[in-house]
Amino acid sequence: MKKLINDPADVVREELLGIAAAHPDLVSVHFDPNYVVRADAPVKGKVALVSGGGSGHEPMHGGFVGVGMLDAACPGEVFTSPTPDQMQAASKAVDGGVGVVHIVKNYTGDIMNFDMAAELCRAEGAEVEAVIVDDDVAVQDSLYTAGRRGVGTTVLMEKIAGAAAQEGRSLKEVADVCREVNAGGRSMGMALTSCTVPAAGKPTFELGEDEMEIGIGIHGEPGRERMKLKPVHDIVEMMATAVVEDFPLKKGDRVLAFVNGMGGTPMIELYVVFNELQRFLSGRGIEITRNLIGSYITSLDMAGCSITLLKLNDDFVRLWDAPVKTAGLRWGV
Amino acid sequence: MRVKVPYDRVVRWVETFAATIAENKEYLTDLDSAIGDADHGINMDRGMRAALAKLDGQPPGDVGAMLKAVGMALVSSVGGAGGPLYGTLFLQLGTATAGKSEIDADDWLAALTAAVVGVQARGKAEPNDKTMVDALLPARDALEEAIAEGESFPDALRRSAQAAEQGMKATIPLVARKGRASYLGERSAGHQDPGATSSYLLLKTAADTWSDG
Repeated sequence: MKKLINDPADVVREELLGIAAAHPDLVSVHFDPNYVVRADAPVKGKVALVSGGGSGHEPMHGGFVGVGMLDAACPGEVFTSPTPDQMQAASKAVDGGVGVVHIVKNYTGDIMNFDMAAELCRAEGAEVEAVIVDDDVAVQDSLYTAGRRGVGTTVLMEKIAGAAAQEGRSLKEVADVCREVNAGGRSMGMALTSCTVPAAGKPTFELGEDEMEIGIGIHGEPGRERMKLKPVHDIVEMMATAVVEDFPLKKGDRVLAFVNGMGGTPMIELYVVFNELQRFLSGRGIEITRNLIGSYITSLDMAGCSITLLKLNDDFVRLWDAPVKTAGLRWGV
Repeated sequence: MRVKVPYDRVVRWVETFAATIAENKEYLTDLDSAIGDADHGINMDRGMRAALAKLDGQPPGDVGAMLKAVGMALVSSVGGAGGPLYGTLFLQLGTATAGKSEIDADDWLAALTAAVVGVQARGKAEPNDKTMVDALLPARDALEEAIAEGESFPDALRRSAQAAEQGMKATIPLVARKGRASYLGERSAGHQDPGATSSYLLLKTAADTWSDG
């Protein structure tokens, strides 16, 4: 394992120390339990957005804390959901008196820990609404799986709902925006390499030089299918077809197209992916009204990408364009 | 005469389980790499270390309070699915043995039953979903059966651990229907479930530390 770390046991703590040192104007970082909150938290009279999940997906979630996006982020250990006491403490720290939304990605551990956290918060009299992200079309949504995973749509939800909360919408309204974004978002990911969890010290799975894994999540878990590497044109067609047909999207629909790097893929390749995606969608008469290209929801050092499409309406476009000031996303300010 | 396990020996079981998890940390993580996200051994080891630290400050004598402290330590330090599930398991064991300074076979059966019910309620897993329930439930059933047949507590514990081992091995051909392994569908078959494996270790260490001498 070749990594820029001192000790695998300290990597999350030292990352948080780095965030605290880099962005004191945006956030403050609390240790034991660990959470990152807006520098001006709690914002009185504003619905608070709390998200959380394992570390290793940076800039998600800590990099999305700030004006116009999240109020708090709870980082767990690498690829491990945070604990209920962390989420409860973070929720308490940002509660502006009008309720807290918990944004939960659909993983067994995240669901159970956030369930316990919501029970703890409500026991203290806080108003909490939990919303679940489950946008990964690579997973069959059936009684026989844990359901679809929460992936790329999470980033878009945190931005759009963050803007909705910032403009003063109620707890129910903000939670409804989250649910609408989840209903309108679909994703699919692929990997060229595995990733290496620092504490494990070796790649989670092995991929041959000429192989790729299609339908991966964001934790180095194996995907839906392993196959021979193909040109990016074919890869994007395969992924975009799965996403578009899952909606299904039709001619004239407007989308936000999010091409995301998994952590080990350079921007030059992500733009190649976006070019192929743009050609594919325009061929079907689907208009890319907004786009986001870069590594925002990553899987440590995994090489690969994911494609997320969010079906847009005027409200989403306006909320997407609203000012945001975080370490990971910043515009209009 | 009924065999009873005193407080100190219950503590020794928790310590032995922690040591066994530490020894099997890489093994559990390797099992998890095949069908999950490669952190089960690492997380359980971190949790049991936190639990041992809590034990140091525990007033001695109350089995239930001690087991609850272990459960709270796991909930607040493990994360993932293992934290709420093993946390719930120990919290339920503790609730069922509250105020006891020693436990007998019937106490343990009541505690293990409450723990399995709690784990199933938290994780919503049914038998054959390829989860820790596949080791825990047969272990509980075997314990009940052995007690009903009049076996001694040590012998009942051994039968319970054997049933857990069989249940653990029986997860190998199963297709996962819960947790991260369920994303793999058919590809999850052929691998032993890491959660069922740590649950087997939990019951094996109980049999080992409570039935010798």
